[in-house]
Amino acid sequence: MITLEVNGKTREVDADPATPLLYVLRDHLQLNGAKFGCGLGQCGACTVMVDGEAILSCVVPISVLQRRRITTLEGLGTLGNPGPVQRAFIEEQAAQCGFCIPGMIMRAQALLEKNPLPSQAEIRQFMSVNLCRCGTHMRVLRAVERAAQAMKAANPARKSTSIGR
Amino acid sequence: MTATRVILSAFIGLALATTLLAACTTLIALAPIEPPSKSSFDPAIVAKGAQLAAIGNCIDCHTAAGGKPYAGGQPLKTPFGTIYGTNITPDPDTGIGQWSEAAFSRAMREGVDREGRHLYPAFPYDHYTKLTDEDIKGLYAFIMTRDPIRAEMPPNELPFPFNNRSLIGAWKLLFFERGAFRPDPAQSAEWNRGAYLVQSLGHCGACHTPRNALGAEQKRHYLAGGDAQGWHAPALNAASPAPVPWTAAQLYKYLRTGLDDLHAIAAGPMEPVVHNLAAVPEQDVRTIATYLAALMGQPTADRQIKAEDALAHAKREQAAYPLIDRSELQIASGDRAFQNGAAIYAGSCSECHDQGRQASSGAALHLALGTAMTITTSANLIRITLEGIVPPDNNPARWMPGFADALTDEQVKDLVIYIRAYFGREPPWRDVDEELKKARTGRKR
Repeated sequence: MITLEVNGKTREVDADPATPLLYVLRDHLQLNGAKFGCGLGQCGACTVMVDGEAILSCVVPISVLQRRRITTLEGLGTLGNPGPVQRAFIEEQAAQCGFCIPGMIMRAQALLEKNPLPSQAEIRQFMSVNLCRCGTHMRVLRAVERAAQAMKAANPARKSTSIGR
Repeated sequence: MTATRVILSAFIGLALATTLLAACTTLIALAPIEPPSKSSFDPAIVAKGAQLAAIGNCIDCHTAAGGKPYAGGQPLKTPFGTIYGTNITPDPDTGIGQWSEAAFSRAMREGVDREGRHLYPAFPYDHYTKLTDEDIKGLYAFIMTRDPIRAEMPPNELPFPFNNRSLIGAWKLLFFERGAFRPDPAQSAEWNRGAYLVQSLGHCGACHTPRNALGAEQKRHYLAGGDAQGWHAPALNAASPAPVPWTAAQLYKYLRTGLDDLHAIAAGPMEPVVHNLAAVPEQDVRTIATYLAALMGQPTADRQIKAEDALAHAKREQAAYPLIDRSELQIASGDRAFQNGAAIYAGSCSECHDQGRQASSGAALHLALGTAMTITTSANLIRITLEGIVPPDNNPARWMPGFADALTDEQVKDLVIYIRAYFGREPPWRDVDEELKKARTGRKR
């Protein structure tokens, strides 16, 4: 048994330690937000957060995640009460087929937690890991900016804790 | 010590001091010129200069991340401090717009700027000194026809005494050998062309030759492996650590595309080099490959056996993909770090690297064939693990995610120990802690 902390809850998982987190989230914990895109760490659809950093859950085994804080899409809000980044993506209608969007939202969340008011260039740089086959990237960029503004309005005292590059 | 010897020593000391003083004095300034118009250069010579500049990889040190080409500002970390690549656009005030061809030639061949100040040897004039007149003319024409960009450079961050440029005069006296490339008549024209490009413009030795305590290349260890911004630049001579010995054809493919089926992908400071070599005349890259393959020589019988072993290792795992069972291996070892590392490899790396290199983007080189596993330092493997392999913007190339945020230091160490033992099959590295610390501190995000 491996113990994981997912969205603030302790979960016991009976799986091989080398199993990538993505399969444990989806198959053992029924957390289906993170998606299987390529399974090779090339597309970003499986992005979740570990200790506040965006990681690719399809290439990170659970053996390295004990005593670390895992956050998935389900941890950001609910259908009835979406979190600010989720809300911004809805308002900008940033999804077409929607398959990449959970990963996009998680990467945006990780960016804004560290850098609440990123520049356009910083957003592009940080989000460049995640791919969208439908080509919604321009809407995604707008959604990240909208989320940053919304989070700033909700909590004007927040300052950047670390700036990229 | 007898009186004669004391006097003799004093005399030698005085002579040395005088020579040093002479070397340290500022040289004459060459007259400034009006920046020449673009139309004053022959377009054919400019085009040739563009290809030469690509072989020299000038853009890499002389362009800041996200900055205008050749406008400078790129930090270059050296053991003596940080130096910033200068603005070499023809801007008259902040670039080299006022430099005549003679001033440009003097900088390239003697390491002295137009005003007569010594240039730091981070600018590889110890290589460019071998350039032909014709190539210098081409480079000058290319540089002077770029768009002038006004850009002040940040001051170099060099502690005392390295911030004193006159010391460079003494350095040159000790280590700098001026002079043209001397072809070897016993070798083919192709070999000689390759040797010229490698030794002069390509300045391969700047990274691939080890340097002494004063930062000069050790000529007797020519291309025997050196350091480049925290990365190890592997040996290009008979000591090449590549698990499978290189052929000229493979070197050509690697230099041209950054990728060869049986060798590692170009990473770190080598990435921009291969990016540039993609656009230069094919024949020039072929000659470089010919020369380097000759330098590496025929592999010894021992190396051949090792190579066949590595290839067999890769083939076995590839055949077993995707259901490779390593449990036996983990239990057999009994070593905690090795077991943890094996689990991390299985969860993070195997999906791509067990496939071996194939046409699709996620099919990556089998690690038994990679140089990062067999060199004497863990520096490269640690950097690739943390940063991944990220091609420059708008450059279609293979991409590997970095694991800096996914893995803790302890986990990176376990993984590296496992990979070294299982794929590199060499004695454990002793520098893992130190290299990991360096890579974590200097990591770009």
